[in-house]
Amino acid sequence: MSDPVPLTTDHPGQVASATPPARGRSRRLSDRGLAVAFISPALLLLLAMSVFPLLWALYLSFTDYSATRGGPAHFIWFGNYTAILTSAQVHQRALTTLIYVIGAVGLQTVLGFAIAYLISRRTHGRGLLTTLFLVPMMLSPVVVGLFWRFMLDAQFGVVNSMLGSLGLGQVEWLTRQRTALVSLIVVDTWQWTPFIMLIALAGLTAVPKYLYEAASIDRASEWFRFRNITLPLVWPLLLIAVLFRAIEAFRLFDLVYILTSGGPGVSTETLSFHVYKVAFLGFNTGTASAYGILMVLVVIVLTQLYLRYLNKLKEG
Amino acid sequence: MGVSIDEAVSTGPARDHTPSARRLGGRGRSVLEVALLTVLAVVMLFPVLWMIETSIKENRDVYAIPAKFFGFTVTMDHFKDVFVAPGGGRSALSVSFLNSVVVAGVSTVLSTVLGVPAAWAYSRFAVKAKKDQLFFILSTRFMPPVVVVVPIFLMYRQVGLIDTKLGLILIYAAFNVPFTIWMMKGFVDEVPAEYEEAAMLDGYTRLQAFWRYTLPLLVPGIAATAVFALIFSWNEFVFAIFLTSSDTVRTAPPAIAGLIGGTTVDWGLVAAASVVFALPVLVFAYLVRKHLVAGVTLGAVRR
Repeated sequence: MSDPVPLTTDHPGQVASATPPARGRSRRLSDRGLAVAFISPALLLLLAMSVFPLLWALYLSFTDYSATRGGPAHFIWFGNYTAILTSAQVHQRALTTLIYVIGAVGLQTVLGFAIAYLISRRTHGRGLLTTLFLVPMMLSPVVVGLFWRFMLDAQFGVVNSMLGSLGLGQVEWLTRQRTALVSLIVVDTWQWTPFIMLIALAGLTAVPKYLYEAASIDRASEWFRFRNITLPLVWPLLLIAVLFRAIEAFRLFDLVYILTSGGPGVSTETLSFHVYKVAFLGFNTGTASAYGILMVLVVIVLTQLYLRYLNKLKEG
Repeated sequence: MGVSIDEAVSTGPARDHTPSARRLGGRGRSVLEVALLTVLAVVMLFPVLWMIETSIKENRDVYAIPAKFFGFTVTMDHFKDVFVAPGGGRSALSVSFLNSVVVAGVSTVLSTVLGVPAAWAYSRFAVKAKKDQLFFILSTRFMPPVVVVVPIFLMYRQVGLIDTKLGLILIYAAFNVPFTIWMMKGFVDEVPAEYEEAAMLDGYTRLQAFWRYTLPLLVPGIAATAVFALIFSWNEFVFAIFLTSSDTVRTAPPAIAGLIGGTTVDWGLVAAASVVFALPVLVFAYLVRKHLVAGVTLGAVRR
């Protein structure tokens, strides 16, 4: 797929340092200065707006601080952490989140890959089809959440109306414990299937044609070609898309907030929604911080996985 | 490189090599596949069409049971309500749209100004632990917003940035900088460093070489990156709802979400506001369709 001997370098920086000896010293020094001057403003912003808040949250997580009560914060060390990790409430939210993440990402992967596969087999109208399929992904979760809330309304929602005209019964999509979580998964799937589709399509169109040609000379069956050529070559990219979606689904907040507000009861309360309730409705800032730090740890693990596969893909 | 939709159109499938005996079965299958695709496309697009339809229906048709698909009276009242307050003058929604334009616009400029030079430096120079730095930068983007917002809220309360546009601009810029750096690094990598080398042999300093030779070549990439940053900021909801409260500061997403707070919901207005809100995003997304794969993966995947 690539040249056996890379003639051009992928790291222009190395070329840049090979400057003529006469001016080399001053040049290299000014290069370093330039690099620092160009990189540090961006890093400073990240430190101020992302790293510092997290460190503050880490500090708060060891205290009993409350944002509304004010007063000094007392150190209670790991009290918040043990309270969270042993709380049955939190375990239930973790289970809800797990069902949601696996359900939504699983559905998206299967559907998205299927659509990408179907599109990749078409000769005409691929650009138009792809563009149309991508629309849901570009919408704000607010718009998506609001609109599905209207469509899934038990009384005048269009979904129930269509079910009615088909002679099927009405479903209380968002107001029944069990269907609410299903609805959440369906809406998220609707919005993010295009994402998997887009990445899978990128993978599918990158499969070299000669492999298929060779396989068809050998009269290999369609299934054989899919199983032994298509899937192995698309899989690395698909895996990255799936991990990306899993991280996004894990930290999802806005769709839950708009669509169900965690209800009915607590049936659609994911971990990030619960953090919000602890922080902004319960005002237990210390506990919420510890909760948040634990969530960040999960995200860091997932992100590390994601970055590792990404690295593999880039080098492979 | 970069697999775009345009490329996907031009590369035909390499599968029409089946012997003619299997053609007929192949055609039947092909019809089935087209039918399946059509059904899926209808399912995916129906909610969007329904939203547009609702936005131009009169209220009695919006709440009609069974739902009216055709034969309703078209009205533009909901769109008028989006921009004009009931008693005349500007509506709260239109103010929020204006706020969104300012916040998304300024934060995008800020993240571009900070991100593009950084991306160039990461691409051109041998920076210590470059890979680790880049991965660290990207991972800040993955932090759950609802977790970050708690300390940000306390921080902003201390320095008086709560309920200000500047506060939103700063946090959006911080969330877009990782994306800008990753996306732009890809574009910078595609411009040969030799151009700058040649300019430097002609007596330019490196900074001048960057400014005169590399930067002009990066303009399309910068435009695409900025458009994505604009879309991300435009669509953002979590920070907007927790860090702002007054109508004069609030951006469009929380303002639109606020429409369903009361006891009765004017779904026609919600639909019209959603259409007005989503339309620019779709137009912008169409403009950068070549770079969608890189854009939606935060610049991480580009093939």
